[in-house]
Amino acid sequence: MELLFSTCLGVMISCGVYLMLRGRTFPVILGLTLLGYAVNMFLFVSGRLQTNLPAVIAPDRLQYTDPLPQALVLTAIVIGFAMVAFVVVLALRASGELGSDHVDGRKENKS
Amino acid sequence: MNLALIPLLPLLTAFIPSLFRNRNLNAITAAAIAGTSMLLLLSQAPAVFNGQIPLSSWSWIPAIDLNLSFRVSGFGFMFAFLILGIGLLIVLYARYYIAEQDPMGRFYTYLLLFMGSMLGIVLSENLILLMMFWELTSISSFLLIGFWNYRSDAREGARMALVITGGGGLAMIAGFILLGNIVGSFELTTILAAKETVHAHHLYPLTLILILLGAFTKSAQFPFQFWLPHAMAAPTPVSAYLHSATMVKAGVFLLALLFPVLSGSALWFFIVTPIGLITLMFAAYMAMFKDDLKGLLAYSTVSHLGLITLLLGLGSPLAAFTAVFHILNHATFKAGLFMLAGIIDHETGTRDMKRLSGLWQYMPITGTLTMLGCAAMAGVPLFNGFLSKEMFLAETLGPNLFGSLSWIVPLGATLAAIFAVAYSIRMVHDVFFKEPAANLPKKPHEPPHGMRLPAEILMALCVLVGLFPMTMAAPMVNVAAGSILGAATPDYHIAIWHGLNMALALSVIALIGGSVFYLQRLRLFDSHLWCSRYCDGKMTFEAIVSGLVHGGRKTTRLMENGSLQRYIALLIGAVVVLGASPFIGSDAPFIGPLALSGVDPVTLIMGLVLIFSTVATAIHHRNRIVAIIMLGTVGLIVSLAFIRFSAPDLALTQISVEVVTIILLMMALHLLPRTTPAESSRGRRWRDIILSVAAGGGCTALMMGVLTRPYDTIAGYFLENSKPGGGGTNVVNVILVDFRGFDTLGEITVLVIAGLAIYALLHNFELKAPQTDALGHPWTEDRFPMILAQITRPLMPLALLFAVYIFLRGHNEPGGGFIAGLIVASVLILQYIANGIVWTRPRLNVDNHIIMAWGLVIAVLTGVGSWIVGYPFLTSSFTYLQWPLVGKFEVASAIAFDLGVFLAVVGSVMLVLVKLGSINSVDAQRVSTSVQKEKKDKEGAH
Repeated sequence: MELLFSTCLGVMISCGVYLMLRGRTFPVILGLTLLGYAVNMFLFVSGRLQTNLPAVIAPDRLQYTDPLPQALVLTAIVIGFAMVAFVVVLALRASGELGSDHVDGRKENKS
Repeated sequence: MNLALIPLLPLLTAFIPSLFRNRNLNAITAAAIAGTSMLLLLSQAPAVFNGQIPLSSWSWIPAIDLNLSFRVSGFGFMFAFLILGIGLLIVLYARYYIAEQDPMGRFYTYLLLFMGSMLGIVLSENLILLMMFWELTSISSFLLIGFWNYRSDAREGARMALVITGGGGLAMIAGFILLGNIVGSFELTTILAAKETVHAHHLYPLTLILILLGAFTKSAQFPFQFWLPHAMAAPTPVSAYLHSATMVKAGVFLLALLFPVLSGSALWFFIVTPIGLITLMFAAYMAMFKDDLKGLLAYSTVSHLGLITLLLGLGSPLAAFTAVFHILNHATFKAGLFMLAGIIDHETGTRDMKRLSGLWQYMPITGTLTMLGCAAMAGVPLFNGFLSKEMFLAETLGPNLFGSLSWIVPLGATLAAIFAVAYSIRMVHDVFFKEPAANLPKKPHEPPHGMRLPAEILMALCVLVGLFPMTMAAPMVNVAAGSILGAATPDYHIAIWHGLNMALALSVIALIGGSVFYLQRLRLFDSHLWCSRYCDGKMTFEAIVSGLVHGGRKTTRLMENGSLQRYIALLIGAVVVLGASPFIGSDAPFIGPLALSGVDPVTLIMGLVLIFSTVATAIHHRNRIVAIIMLGTVGLIVSLAFIRFSAPDLALTQISVEVVTIILLMMALHLLPRTTPAESSRGRRWRDIILSVAAGGGCTALMMGVLTRPYDTIAGYFLENSKPGGGGTNVVNVILVDFRGFDTLGEITVLVIAGLAIYALLHNFELKAPQTDALGHPWTEDRFPMILAQITRPLMPLALLFAVYIFLRGHNEPGGGFIAGLIVASVLILQYIANGIVWTRPRLNVDNHIIMAWGLVIAVLTGVGSWIVGYPFLTSSFTYLQWPLVGKFEVASAIAFDLGVFLAVVGSVMLVLVKLGSINSVDAQRVSTSVQKEKKDKEGAH
């Protein structure tokens, strides 16, 4: 399970980074979103992989998963959305002002 | 208290003179402040002359051993007396010197700042405190040298002085810290008593060299001597004060101050003595050939500083005694001479000795004063300069560690003395005699008496000390040297006549030799030409500085070429390298001891789907719509993973965020090109693949390393106290709104700020969506699907009710403000999607940024509420209420906080999406007409 999880995480990071390195705004946004997922997962799993142990107090349960990373990740998800939204709007505004969706505002294609 | 006020008063009240416009008021306030400090200092005199060292101390930052502690040792008293005494004279002198168009108030402010910092150096008991004042003198001297900031030489000189003395100061900080750690205290009283400990320590050589670097740069010792002549671009009062009497003496002050603890080793002798000797000779030689009056005096100052350094390097008690005496004498005659040079400059318009001549008939009094000063500088008998210089020559004759080369020291000293006589004669003869004055920018005349008065006082002192050394100077020199040397203070009788001895012979040789040198000056000038070109450190300094600037620019251009792709690549590359570097060469096992758990088929399949869709997102990123679909799959599986691993709250949040994110991306795509052109070269693509695989592989490895190690959590506290302390069983929610409520407040603030930034970016911004798709087909006219529109309307109240339910139960079951907010936002957005912005906007006519703001306000007010009741910010309390129909119900103040969170989330998400939906110029027009129509209809109905 740990290996599967780590592999998934690595793939998400790799693809996120690759997309972040593209030259147009839209793939960069996609990459940022992917990276956001991966980072949230990473933080979340620092509380270890636990099955069927939600951190909701009940009298008949003895074990719970670690609630602290969850609380951190919950806000991180929402802030991640805000960040993606901001970058999207920035990209739109930039393409409106510069007439190009290249990350550096370059007008013509090099290729 | 009085003690601390001596340095702090000028520092804290420095701003006062610049409050006035009137030049006399400027000078009077500055003098009053300096005078008050002087009185405070004199009140310590009885104790100091009794051999005591008054101390006063306040703890400031104990963690770094920084105390606000001051001491008045005899030596410190002498220096402080010099600083304030000459400072007062300078205040008077500057009143006449500074021109009317210059901001005189500002000048005095800088001067007082400097005065306070300098007093701080000489009166500090704590080494770190001393360091702070030391740096303050560098800064205030920068301001003073650059006072005429419209002149480029002033700016360059100021910068050079700051770089050299500031750089030396950095070395000195390191030295002080080492010294403090060796001794175990930063208080001088302790340090001065710890000579054996310091000398025995293996870091003593490093400590010594670092501290000497600080002292030598400040006192312009070779090879750092060049900044001082360039600092002469300062107004002359500054040169007279800082660059002769006080600041440049800070270096030798420090040498003398730490003399009891640092001196006495061979290392000390072999560094300090040669540096002093070289500086003494080199600068005296250079001074002979300077045509600029102030340049001559500057090099002469450097030379005298070298003399004092040499004395301290020799290390005998009598040498240290002589050093103290010479500090006093040099300050007196050199400050006076600078003032006189300033007067000559001020009244003739030039200080170039090639142009000046025959001033005697116009300025006889100034001329007489200059003669007196130069006589003291040359070491003519019956002047104070003679006394200390002869003592110095006598000291150089003593045996020293150079062994059979000991004769080098008296030889060098005598040569320097010959040069000193030569340049002193030159200063008098070239300026006041030679041919009659001609071609001067101004008609020369005597200055106003107030301007001459400070120089008169100083010259009178030179003569009086020269004639009656035992009454005029000995008490102060004895007590000052006594505080340095302690029991080893020599019982020395300063006298004009010591009988026919070697020192006297050397003095006579110097006087005669100097006169001969002056007569032969023309021949010497020729031989000196090459030196004046190459011996100025300015060229080297400028070359180093411009080299640094050039290198900096080059690096910046390399790193910051304006390409985001390069920045990200550099950033990620750096992270990979930094992250991997600790593992290289480490033989600790990477994978921890815990066994791996088994994988069930469903999870495996989900994992494979995740990998597939992630890779597909990357591969198909050029076909943007496909990429979005794949990205949506990834998000969904991530939320499934949250459920799988016991995080229902996260799953709920993730799935609702996923919905709005995908909507957001679709809307963005509507306004952006549908496809990405292929523009990366093959090489670039491979570079990116390698970089991203390295990053991903690194994370996988890291995650494995983390997951296979046992861990310790602080979660126990939250799990135990969630119900009794926070009144909720959903620990995640209780952490969010209660335990870590302050974090959450910060996070919704960030959310709101992002919302506002988006609002600002999109306000009045219109973007025309492309009219055709990538293949050139025009879009069909937008018709909203009727079935969806019909279903969403009844769905809305239901969904809202569901949101209320999620919100209320959040404290005990998965749910809460964040999730409820996202659900509401999704439902509202659904209305927009199903019915179009033209239909929905007038019906949901609320300002989302207002909702968002209210959310934040409510959250903050909840926090403030607990303040008012007397608890710390954001403390929550709860109680149980009996509600009809619902039954027993818990009400926690945290729920109000959660309401704030809810509103902030709804507001910001809606703000983003609605704003984004309405920037398409075509739609925007339709909305505004429809809103107007609505308004008209309403008015019509009335």
